[in-house]
Amino acid sequence: MSEATPVSPLTFRREADGCFRLALSGDWLDRAHLPSIEIVAAELAKGGTATALAFDTTGLGRWNSGLIVFILRCADLCQSQRIEFRVETLPTSLGRLIALSQAVPERADAAITLEQPQFLQKVGESAQGVWSGGMGIASFLGENILTLGRMARGQAQFRGQDVLLAMQECGPQALGIVALINFLIGLIMAFVGATGLARFGAGVYVADLVAIASVREMGCIMTGIILCGRTGAAFAAQLGTMKVSQEIEAFQTFGISPIDFLVLPRILAMVAMMPLLCLFADLIAILGGFLVAASMLHIDPGLYMHRTLDAVSLTTFLLGICKGTFFGVVVALTGCLRGMQCGTNAAAVGQATTSAVVTGITTIVAADGVFAVLCNALKI
Amino acid sequence: MSYGSFVVMRDINARVKRGEVFIIMGGSGCGKSTLLREMIGLKEPTRGDIYYDGSPFWASPPEDRQKRLRSFGVLFQSGALWSSMTLAENVGLPLGEYTELPESDIAEIARLKLALVGLKGFEDYYPSQISGGMNKRAGLARALALDPDILFFDEPSAGLDPISSRNLDRLILELRDSLGATFVVVTHELASIFTIGDHAIFLDAGTRSVRAQGHPRELLLRSTDPVVREFLTRGDSVSQPVVPPPVI
Repeated sequence: MSEATPVSPLTFRREADGCFRLALSGDWLDRAHLPSIEIVAAELAKGGTATALAFDTTGLGRWNSGLIVFILRCADLCQSQRIEFRVETLPTSLGRLIALSQAVPERADAAITLEQPQFLQKVGESAQGVWSGGMGIASFLGENILTLGRMARGQAQFRGQDVLLAMQECGPQALGIVALINFLIGLIMAFVGATGLARFGAGVYVADLVAIASVREMGCIMTGIILCGRTGAAFAAQLGTMKVSQEIEAFQTFGISPIDFLVLPRILAMVAMMPLLCLFADLIAILGGFLVAASMLHIDPGLYMHRTLDAVSLTTFLLGICKGTFFGVVVALTGCLRGMQCGTNAAAVGQATTSAVVTGITTIVAADGVFAVLCNALKI
Repeated sequence: MSYGSFVVMRDINARVKRGEVFIIMGGSGCGKSTLLREMIGLKEPTRGDIYYDGSPFWASPPEDRQKRLRSFGVLFQSGALWSSMTLAENVGLPLGEYTELPESDIAEIARLKLALVGLKGFEDYYPSQISGGMNKRAGLARALALDPDILFFDEPSAGLDPISSRNLDRLILELRDSLGATFVVVTHELASIFTIGDHAIFLDAGTRSVRAQGHPRELLLRSTDPVVREFLTRGDSVSQPVVPPPVI
């Protein structure tokens, strides 16, 4: 490896026959800058019209692609000024590379021509994109409903072991992260509640605060979000990779529905696991809250348990579990939807994964808002 | 054939005879794989239809299309084996879905199909545990699972070394002669084209049409079209006399 040295200055000589000879000398290994073609143009303009451009390379040392680019610029200059370009005066290897770079015409036959779209075209294409995206989601949901119908009639094509595998992936394997996050949420809620409630001598109500907030809202929503980032993303990546490697097309060519075989087991697994995960998350959050209440407010464990059981009604508990199960279906659907919509290259898998997480979290939060409004209207 | 407003190919008209190896050839990006996708039900043609035994494929009801798909076997460019299943499970899955056979019979048939392609003893291997060439052969075994009438191959030689590629060509000829199945092969491998092809169509990206069709050797010897000759001689020399490779 050699150090790059500055480009040597160019020297010019005008010959008797009108030929303009450009002397290239020294090493042309500079990667910072090349001599401006304007210098050559200015020299050509001096002292009358030149008939040809030739090169003197007797002093030329080592060179790299930069020299080729400079010579190609000289060739363009000669073409624009209708001056003969004497490529034969270059060293053979350099001349060959110059000829090679100019020999292959740009192919246009198999490529889509990229045109700068007009404003209205952009608006139209965006609208079409939104419409086709919406139709894609509707079609995917429709296919899933048909698949559920087939499953109810015992006609869906899927393997039980795939359901068990997905259950393991979204259930037991997610316990650690679900426990950690919900434990911290319980701690935080209790800590914030304790500092406020203790001032009014109502510290014992920390148990009510943690229990209701966890069971009704935080347990299911946090578990949904965690699974969206973990399992939903994994679903999208798995199906996206299968799309890239044509495994999904292989199902289609056998007449086997990929929705039956790939999406249904994942939905069933989430429906089976989410209620259990929500229950687990609720218990862990309550435990976190109890630790803060016991250590900061010195609340008796029996009293804390009593207040917790008193605060959580069966309706509140079932509401949390139902919401969690619904969020589980959302996670499975968004993960699988983005996986099935994945393109056929490696970058598309990353995009599908990101899109699955963003769509999933947004849908969960929006759906929770709708649940809140509905519960208020139904006085639950 | 088109993607959005971009027309890939138009006015394609060709006939595949039962029991022949039909080659779809042409340069990169000319629409060979797109045509194959339309033939195997993965992409609907913009206009026109594909006819099997005189019946239109795309104009028929979805149930009939599903039924027709079961008479197809497809070998994808990458093999496309289901990565979460063993080779035997890959081959056995279509049998489990479309036959009433007991598990033991399905396993026996899967073993037989794998043995046909030289993968005896690899039944319990996963696709990630075998080489690219073996993946291709396992893909072929899966394509043969339902004893198809027509086998479609997308770039079967892609990613294979010359020996594996030649062995795959031999296997295709062996299966054509022994099973009497029809083969539709998308390829631009000249050695394969001349070795296995009974009839070929040449798709040209420039004119976006079928530029030539016939027996590959006949096309090589008799075609006066410079584009076809350049393709079939690898552009080495259009003027020099060309000798087709020997039949293996």
